[in-house]
Amino acid sequence: MPIANHHSSVPVIVDEEKCIADKGCTVCIDVCPLDVLWINEETGKAHMKYDECWYCMPCEADCPTDAVTVNIPYLLR
Amino acid sequence: MKINDIPVIETDVLVIGGGTAGPMAAVTAKEQDPSLNVMLLEKANVKRSGAICMGMDGLNNAVVPGHATPEQYVKEITIANDGIVHQPALMAYATRSFPMIEKLDSWGVHFQKDETGDYDMKKVHHLGTYVLPMPEGHNVKKILYRRLRRNRVQIENRFTATRLLKDPDGKIAGMIGVNTRTAEPIIIRAKAVIMATGAAGRLGLPTSGYLFGTYENPANNGDGHAMAYHAGADLANLECYQINPLLKDYNGPACAYVTGPLGGFTANAFGERFIECDYWSGQMMLEFFKELESGTGPVFLKLDHLAEETISEIETVLHTNERPSRGRFHEGRDVNYRESMVEMHISEVGFCSGHSASGVWTDETGATTVPGLYCAGDMASVAHNYMLGAFVYGQICGESAVEFVKSRSEPKLDEDFINKELERIQAPMKLTDGIPPEQMEYKVRRLVNDYLQPPKVTKKMEIGLERILAVRADLPQLCARDPHELLRAMEVQSIIDCAEMAARASLYRTESRWGLYHYRVDYPEQNDSEWFYHSRLFKDDNGEMASGKRPIADYLVPLGEEKDAYRKMRVQKAANE
Repeated sequence: MPIANHHSSVPVIVDEEKCIADKGCTVCIDVCPLDVLWINEETGKAHMKYDECWYCMPCEADCPTDAVTVNIPYLLR
Repeated sequence: MKINDIPVIETDVLVIGGGTAGPMAAVTAKEQDPSLNVMLLEKANVKRSGAICMGMDGLNNAVVPGHATPEQYVKEITIANDGIVHQPALMAYATRSFPMIEKLDSWGVHFQKDETGDYDMKKVHHLGTYVLPMPEGHNVKKILYRRLRRNRVQIENRFTATRLLKDPDGKIAGMIGVNTRTAEPIIIRAKAVIMATGAAGRLGLPTSGYLFGTYENPANNGDGHAMAYHAGADLANLECYQINPLLKDYNGPACAYVTGPLGGFTANAFGERFIECDYWSGQMMLEFFKELESGTGPVFLKLDHLAEETISEIETVLHTNERPSRGRFHEGRDVNYRESMVEMHISEVGFCSGHSASGVWTDETGATTVPGLYCAGDMASVAHNYMLGAFVYGQICGESAVEFVKSRSEPKLDEDFINKELERIQAPMKLTDGIPPEQMEYKVRRLVNDYLQPPKVTKKMEIGLERILAVRADLPQLCARDPHELLRAMEVQSIIDCAEMAARASLYRTESRWGLYHYRVDYPEQNDSEWFYHSRLFKDDNGEMASGKRPIADYLVPLGEEKDAYRKMRVQKAANE
């Protein structure tokens, strides 16, 4: 069975101006219980790669530069 | 890749799951015998993993001297769980609950105290007083992490266990798993294994349709239940589902433990109280469900009658601890506790002994039916255990495992079994097209909602089981594009196992019990003469899923005249109304 990609609006937003993942920080990526935050290889910044969020907020609470915002997923909003 | 290509890691005690019970088990094992190698394996990162990744706002079942005795507690939970409990296990919890609070206190976990310095206990249960608020409970994980480092527990993050290993003589021998970021397999030989993998929380589908909007941390998807089953361990009372009262569309708990002691309550559409007691029991959930479906429904959390300072206090606790995105959820809908009631609903179904009683069969020593395998926390069958129970049983399992290891010979690894498991782990990434784990998961969880959630009906459950088995038959087509999708692909196989277990366990018990949790419409009565037993679910000698009965151990505490207290949940109207 062939596979298609489908678009999805994701709840976690990373402010690329503030994010210091390109300087080696991986705090939000480390603390995510669902492992959905990864480095964007184009920008070197953290981003939400998989729409599998529990909106539990360690990524936002532990970010040293306040770059991460957790929104409520659209389906629940 | 075969077994000979993978280095085997050796440890004395292996703990699988680094949330609440797991760290306590690992620390306890090291405290008991610092010379032992103790390894803690976690699917995520132990700094922020499990049900309490953001902390916890209270102890729901604390037995504190001066407020309650262990005997009173054992009696209350036996009644709340319609008699089907293993009282020796409840008693072990009840007697160790207060020393554990003092231990946690000494570690820096803050519990609410009154002006005299005594623990500030609140009454939420139907009979006794067991709730201890912890408004500063957001630092629990940090404190646990510090203890793990101090006691030199070896931590392996981002590995998911997929199967337990056994010796030819039936004793536990370790586990096999896979790295969630690289897809590299891992084999661990261990003399004893403690599992603390949490609830099976990704069983039903939340009404929002968002797969990860579950009440439980979605990382807790029933891996431990599936692994224990495949290792030949007994599971118990799986038909006693977890179903919780939550805010509609938001997966935070709503009322009982935080708002109840401050004057909030569960109300119908007219703002009237309809249940006597907000403590989470199946009987309470049945009244909740009936109200939800009735002409006076739906159900609401009522706080708008409270004073400003009380509401502010509630908001501070609810919006900073266990589920801090709750404030954001309300803001988005322009909902304010001061102005209106907040709509509530019931959660999806799952297995979780923390709130109900379903799980891997565990006795008062934390032992399962597989020698050397111990279980603690939401996956173990000790009823109504909550967070403090996870800590206590983590401690008990740590002690038991250390004792077991003393006389344990070197475990032998079964190479054929390991090679077969490596094939199962590697299969999804070998396919370039097929069915992605997300679609398979959505389908099986939608079937759970359609056919298995209460009210339970025999014919519907039979159809559900057949459809779930049809999804299982699609497994050879399960494909994963990357290691992360492989994690989900392994998880969905556990979810399918749990769905089949839910169906078979529910079909087996031909009565109704535990209020809504096993509300079986075609067998509406509780039938003690035939069903005053734990139900067993296990893999039989032919490798088939089988059921049976386990006798209830003699009660340590008789129930007396309060035995029907939890059957009287509905608020009675005065005769002249």
